[in-house]
Amino acid sequence: MAEPLLRVEKLVRRFGGITATDNVSLDVAAGELHAIIGPNGAGKTTLISQLTGHLEPHSGSVSLGGRDITYLPAYRRCALGLARSFQITSLLLDFTAADNVALAAQAQAGHSFRFFANARKEKGLRDAAHAALDRVGLLHRADVVVSRLSHGERRQIELAVALASKPKLLLLDEPMAGLGVTESQRMVQLLQELRKEVSIVLVEHDMPAVFALADRISVLVYGRVIASGDPAAIRANEDVKRAYLGDQHVVTHHG
Amino acid sequence: MKALSVSKAVTALMLAGLVVLPLYSHLSGNIFILTLFTRVIILALAAASLNLIMGFGGMMSFGHAAYLGIGGYAVGMLAQEGVGSGFIQFPVALAASAIYALVIGALSLRTRGVYFIMITLAFAQMAYYVASGLARYGGDDGLTVYKRSDFSGLVNLSNRTQFYYLCLACLFGVILLIWRIVNSRFGLVLQGLRSNEQRMQAIGFPAKRYRLVCFVISGTMCGLAGALLANNTDFVSPAVMYWTRSGDLMVMVILGGMGTLFGPVMGAVVYLLLEEFLSQITEYWALIMGPLLLLIVLFGRGGIMGLLGRLNRG
Repeated sequence: MAEPLLRVEKLVRRFGGITATDNVSLDVAAGELHAIIGPNGAGKTTLISQLTGHLEPHSGSVSLGGRDITYLPAYRRCALGLARSFQITSLLLDFTAADNVALAAQAQAGHSFRFFANARKEKGLRDAAHAALDRVGLLHRADVVVSRLSHGERRQIELAVALASKPKLLLLDEPMAGLGVTESQRMVQLLQELRKEVSIVLVEHDMPAVFALADRISVLVYGRVIASGDPAAIRANEDVKRAYLGDQHVVTHHG
Repeated sequence: MKALSVSKAVTALMLAGLVVLPLYSHLSGNIFILTLFTRVIILALAAASLNLIMGFGGMMSFGHAAYLGIGGYAVGMLAQEGVGSGFIQFPVALAASAIYALVIGALSLRTRGVYFIMITLAFAQMAYYVASGLARYGGDDGLTVYKRSDFSGLVNLSNRTQFYYLCLACLFGVILLIWRIVNSRFGLVLQGLRSNEQRMQAIGFPAKRYRLVCFVISGTMCGLAGALLANNTDFVSPAVMYWTRSGDLMVMVILGGMGTLFGPVMGAVVYLLLEEFLSQITEYWALIMGPLLLLIVLFGRGGIMGLLGRLNRG
């Protein structure tokens, strides 16, 4: 088998006496959509934060395309093709939608120690921003200040920002969080499209969405991966049913 | 046709006033007003430079007056040692300020919020005490600059009008520069970091590097103000670096409107004129000034520029 795009090996992260990430190992192949599920407090966001570089692990390693990135700062991982969206929307609220996305494109276009030319008039950056906004269906809102956009729209901008940095691997931390039914459906549709172009690690609570989208699923409970496999295998796994899915009809219902 | 906004009209009026002021001074024979406004313009330059890091960069530096001293002492010390040429004095003043900013910035920018305020304050106080200890250059008593910087006939700094216009040109130049910077790639990164550092890191910007460069640009600009100030007063003393001076600069920026291009100029004009006229009325002028500033900060969020902006909409 070819080298996986993302390889996580024996990752450990503790907070005081709690082991939030307990010997987690997982592989994400190129082109795969890998979902990570688990009950609240299972350590999903802690894990994602170590992948993005916002948190350092105590031991273990993370590699991207064969390169060890375990202790690389967040901003350098971005240059290697790793982009993320935040569980709690994190945008530049006093900037327009287009400015938010254009900055992500700017970050990919070399250093920004350019002091004189008006960046908002750079065609390349604007075009990239508009393309990414178009991709998530928000082109008509390009010049609106983000603080005036709805929650759903902001979730879409998060995605557009991640796309504009032309990632190889997209880490999505609960992109459906707080979305209404129609908004969620639109997001699932969008992810269905995006997965053709980019590998995705998806952390999500919305089970129907996860089982509809994922190639593989890893189940995280108390910081440990208790099962990993395709959706059918996870659905059938006794440990998963017992430890996490308690109300298993959530899964079978949509199966 | 688009209506001219109130804030733009007032700004234009103020700038026009600054340009024709020497004419008024000349015709009315009021020399004092020219001296006063030369000082106003120099401090407006310092406030504008502080606004770059404070208003656009979100870095609350409480030690900005240190650059006034560094720029001033560069001029004063060189003059004392017999180097009278402005072509040497001014570049040295700018370079010294830049180096100080680089060192202080590299250390201070490891911290955020209140700690950043305190550490920049502490460094400026250190600079103050170092200057007080320079026995060769007057120590506590300060240093008299017997001869103003010599630009060999290009401009004559001893001529009040020429010096005034030199200061005004420097102010306009710095504001033009800030305007370009703020809208450039660098400026967008800077303001992005003010808005949401976590997001900027996540899309691939190393925060500290950009902040540090901004800190150095700002310090260098303020060093220029320091060099001009020493020429204006023919004197430089540790007092220009004292923390209350840094406070004055902060008040000017906040009063005028943080993160606006002309706010600091407006702030400097209003603050220094108020100080001047109130102190003529009463010895206890600070008792009037204090509450006045409080009112503007409380009810005029965004300073004078913010107030004018609302007038337009209201």
